[in-house]
Amino acid sequence: MRTGSASARRLGRLVVAVPYLWLLLFFLAPFAIVLRMAFSDAATDLPPYAPHFQGFSQLGEFLAALDLENFRLLGDDALYWQSYLYSLRIAALTTLIALAIGYPLAYAMASAPRRWQGILLVLVILPFWTSFLIRVYAWIGILRPDGLLDMVLTGMGLTSEPLRLLNTEAAVLIGMVYSYLPFMVLPLFATLQKLDRSLLEAAADLGAPALTAFATVTLPLSIPGILAGSALVFIPAVGEFVIPDLLGGPDTVMIGKVLWSEFFSNRDWPLASAVAVVLLFVLVAPLALLQRARLTRGGAA
Amino acid sequence: MKRLGPGLIMALVAGFAFLYLPILALIAYSFNASRLVTVWGGFSTHWYGALMGNEPLLTAAWLSIRLAFVSATVATALGTLAALALARYGAFRGRTLFSGMVLAPLVMPEVITGLSLLLLFVSAQVERGFWTVTIAHATFSLGFACIVVQSRLAGFDRSLEEAARDLGATPVVTFWTVTLPLIWPAVAAAWMLAFTLSLDDLVIASFTTGPGATTLPMRLYSAVRLGVSPEINAACTIMIGAVALVVIAASLLLKRDQLAST
Repeated sequence: MRTGSASARRLGRLVVAVPYLWLLLFFLAPFAIVLRMAFSDAATDLPPYAPHFQGFSQLGEFLAALDLENFRLLGDDALYWQSYLYSLRIAALTTLIALAIGYPLAYAMASAPRRWQGILLVLVILPFWTSFLIRVYAWIGILRPDGLLDMVLTGMGLTSEPLRLLNTEAAVLIGMVYSYLPFMVLPLFATLQKLDRSLLEAAADLGAPALTAFATVTLPLSIPGILAGSALVFIPAVGEFVIPDLLGGPDTVMIGKVLWSEFFSNRDWPLASAVAVVLLFVLVAPLALLQRARLTRGGAA
Repeated sequence: MKRLGPGLIMALVAGFAFLYLPILALIAYSFNASRLVTVWGGFSTHWYGALMGNEPLLTAAWLSIRLAFVSATVATALGTLAALALARYGAFRGRTLFSGMVLAPLVMPEVITGLSLLLLFVSAQVERGFWTVTIAHATFSLGFACIVVQSRLAGFDRSLEEAARDLGATPVVTFWTVTLPLIWPAVAAAWMLAFTLSLDDLVIASFTTGPGATTLPMRLYSAVRLGVSPEINAACTIMIGAVALVVIAASLLLKRDQLAST
């Protein structure tokens, strides 16, 4: 005897409802609060803060009470927009370097014999599973004056003086590329692995040199992977601040750090919220790009 | 079978050297008897001993493990439900919003997630501590867990479920006796991923924590900012070893799963 489809439907609704409600409560609602907070006055809306939204009948008063002061400050004070620009710059450089290192790596992995591929994949993921703090910390030991890099270079007679890489932008980029590289390699590998090799053979049969075949066949076909990998690196990289904080110097202040210090040091929650709202808007474009890449790749994660 | 050309082998060697040399250097220096990075003072496990006496670090580690355990369990349960919802109950109202909310935390900058959750907890006047961090971690790991389970559900023979239903099994019985046993390697892998994500998180935990709930990454962060110390090298080495074990176990599970399904 089959159970009625009514109970099955009820169960289905429950399966959807439980994670749905969780996400509405702990993912969407918090953003609504941040948005409201960003339009609050730092002087009157001090923590602990309670939302003032009284329902749609009072929507007019609600909107009238919104304060644009925080956003005006973000536009006027060079510190803020320079941090945004600097974050975008670092994230873009990180993405490009990660692509330059990740593409050959992913390509080699995808070209390796099948029985190796699983092991190579685990080897790429393994560092990603170890604490990123540990990985950044490892770079401090390498880059600091008289650290491992200096020891190796002076030992080989290449330099006589410490390089002083730690607390520079170069150190930040090294740390960022290192931490985000797996995010670039994984989607690239997934795309390149699925690539139909017979297309390359056809190109070779038709007399195309390997480089031409790569430029006209492999590269265009791997664009979804390039887009997905770039978005997966670029978006979190814009908001990153732990790596610049540990490896960078006083001149490498990214917007995530600004948000952090507005929040924890200055206790200016409305301004921190405004920083977050603008950051979110800055990221909407790459997110849309990622979504498009997802769709063209047929939903593979 | 194709052989790799020298250029590709170079790319592999250079890529993996870049990924692993820093970690290997860190592990090597955790066994250095000297406190100085520039001097190799011989092999020693001295710093591991010192670590065992570091009460605040051990307390933080134990807190992080408990927290990761609970949040990974919640995230896996919710993520599995979310994966089932997306794979089995195709067209429900608000599906686009739902899948967006599941996937967004994967790329969202952590400062934004952390800040927004903190404002929620403050608004609701919840006391912050173990449970607020647990909820925060479960929320952002949910998406990762969902993706892992979803990929397993995609390669799943649905006729087995239909057969069970035809034989009179209720949906709940079908789930426990057919669906779950078939997807459990993915569920286990999702749990392990959520567990390590929680263990690793510094930013979101810093925002959502309260007095008395200092996690291991928060302790490490303040220690690391003070400079390199062999004791921290030892702590990191232990964590790397633990994660390596978990990952090897997970990949063996998935491998057996792949063999079973082919």
